[in-house]
Amino acid sequence: MRELVCIVCPRGCHMKVDEDLNVTGNFCPRGAAYAKTELTHPTRVVTSTVRLTGGRYPRCPVKTAGPVPKERVADVMAEIARAEIAAPVRVGDTVLEDVCGTGVAVVATRELL
Amino acid sequence: MYELIVVGGGPAGLAAACAAWDAGLRSILIVERDRELGGILNQCIHNGFGLTWFKEELTGPEYAHRFVELLSRTGVEVRTDTMVLDVTADLSVHMTGPETGYRVERAKSVILAMGCRERTRGAIGIPGTRPAGVYTAGAAQRYVNIEGWLPGKRVVILGSGDIGLIMARRMTLEGAKVLACVEVMPYSGGLTRNIVQCLEDFGIPLYLSHTVTQIRGRDRVSEVVVSRVDENRRPIPGTEMVFSCDTLLLSVGLIPENELSERAGVTIDPRTKGPAVYENMETSVPGIFSCGNVTHVHDLVDFVSAESRRAGEAAANFVLKGPAAGEAVELLNGPGVSYTVPQRVRPGNVEKALNVFFRVNRIFGKSQIVVSRGDRELCRFKRDRLAPGEMESVTVPVKLLEGGPEPVAIAVKEAE
Repeated sequence: MRELVCIVCPRGCHMKVDEDLNVTGNFCPRGAAYAKTELTHPTRVVTSTVRLTGGRYPRCPVKTAGPVPKERVADVMAEIARAEIAAPVRVGDTVLEDVCGTGVAVVATRELL
Repeated sequence: MYELIVVGGGPAGLAAACAAWDAGLRSILIVERDRELGGILNQCIHNGFGLTWFKEELTGPEYAHRFVELLSRTGVEVRTDTMVLDVTADLSVHMTGPETGYRVERAKSVILAMGCRERTRGAIGIPGTRPAGVYTAGAAQRYVNIEGWLPGKRVVILGSGDIGLIMARRMTLEGAKVLACVEVMPYSGGLTRNIVQCLEDFGIPLYLSHTVTQIRGRDRVSEVVVSRVDENRRPIPGTEMVFSCDTLLLSVGLIPENELSERAGVTIDPRTKGPAVYENMETSVPGIFSCGNVTHVHDLVDFVSAESRRAGEAAANFVLKGPAAGEAVELLNGPGVSYTVPQRVRPGNVEKALNVFFRVNRIFGKSQIVVSRGDRELCRFKRDRLAPGEMESVTVPVKLLEGGPEPVAIAVKEAE
């Protein structure tokens, strides 16, 4: 039996998961899905910034368009840190198509013209 | 003369202006002191916003962008880089900006949406030297996320508010070593999910019932001393731990920014440190409404948007249909509750049910939230767990609030 706190939403359900991955204490199905993923192959969405040239600010915020394996977060951060883009940028613009071979893109989260 | 002037173009002001437009107002001005709309969301680049409002997980800048897009489809006028200096009880708004110079605009209604600011070292009086390297968590967040500077490499965080927790993760991901998060209370002030995903994910220790008792360093922070505190939050001699670090981040609370509200003569509730409001977010001054973190500090922007839409709709009603009428019932803190918003309710002005926001004053396990009037219980709600760091709300059928001016109290009773 393992106990964990759901991080899917701010509700923060306190959940229990048994050896057969049966989840209790979750308010919604997303909690059960998170608990199973967290105990088998944990993932995270990574948010950071990249260098921006020609914009109002020197950095543009970005995120991975989907979750990446938790153990790859440091690699993903390193590749994001090397990226550089030029203004104008719009929300959703692709910054990296496939970060660290995860199959997940990195996209801009702010409009900077 | 504007029908509505909104002071502040953060999430509260944006949602309020959009709602007032939707409700029929056609001359609306937003005044924002920053160079762009969106407020603090622009530097909150992490995700987790919008789960209740937009039903998807957004980052702060994306959440702000959604509202700026909605606003661009209205005829709401925006003045950025413009600072409001004064709001008077006769609804004159004094402002100054590089394009307009000093101006006084008159309005039929005003919405206060100035947000809040961080408590600083001065507010909590940490002893020691005064070196560089002591930042509020929000200032550090701006340096890292917008300006692209890492303000330090070995970091101690005082306070376990959400911004401090988010910055613990952010600084770690950017290569800094976060040595500890120190919280004076016996429980965290932030959301549990942030303790998990920002501290536990990175093995950052959380010291509850501890505080920083000294800052050392001549030009730059070199060490901070952390001590355990007793139940009265007094440091216990002999429990000192010394952390060698170059940076101390403070996440020690937020204060609604109400200088303008006070000048307008609005009654401030000492519990929330924001304007006392009626069910429709109207303040004690007719025609002045207030919403978002200037009213009470929220944990979640989604609730700010919901509350601010109510303020926008109410301002439109005030202008188009006239002042809300009816006798008001006061909402009181019962045991376990530290404040409620709204503070006063006019039952005749509520459609079916009233959503009351409140915070509890300690951690509760399985408990009941009891709404009562004198000795008479009106209704009760079950909760598995309540924490001061997590705002709560209950929806009370308005029928229960009718029947005279006797105050209604909200209390928490923990199961035996």
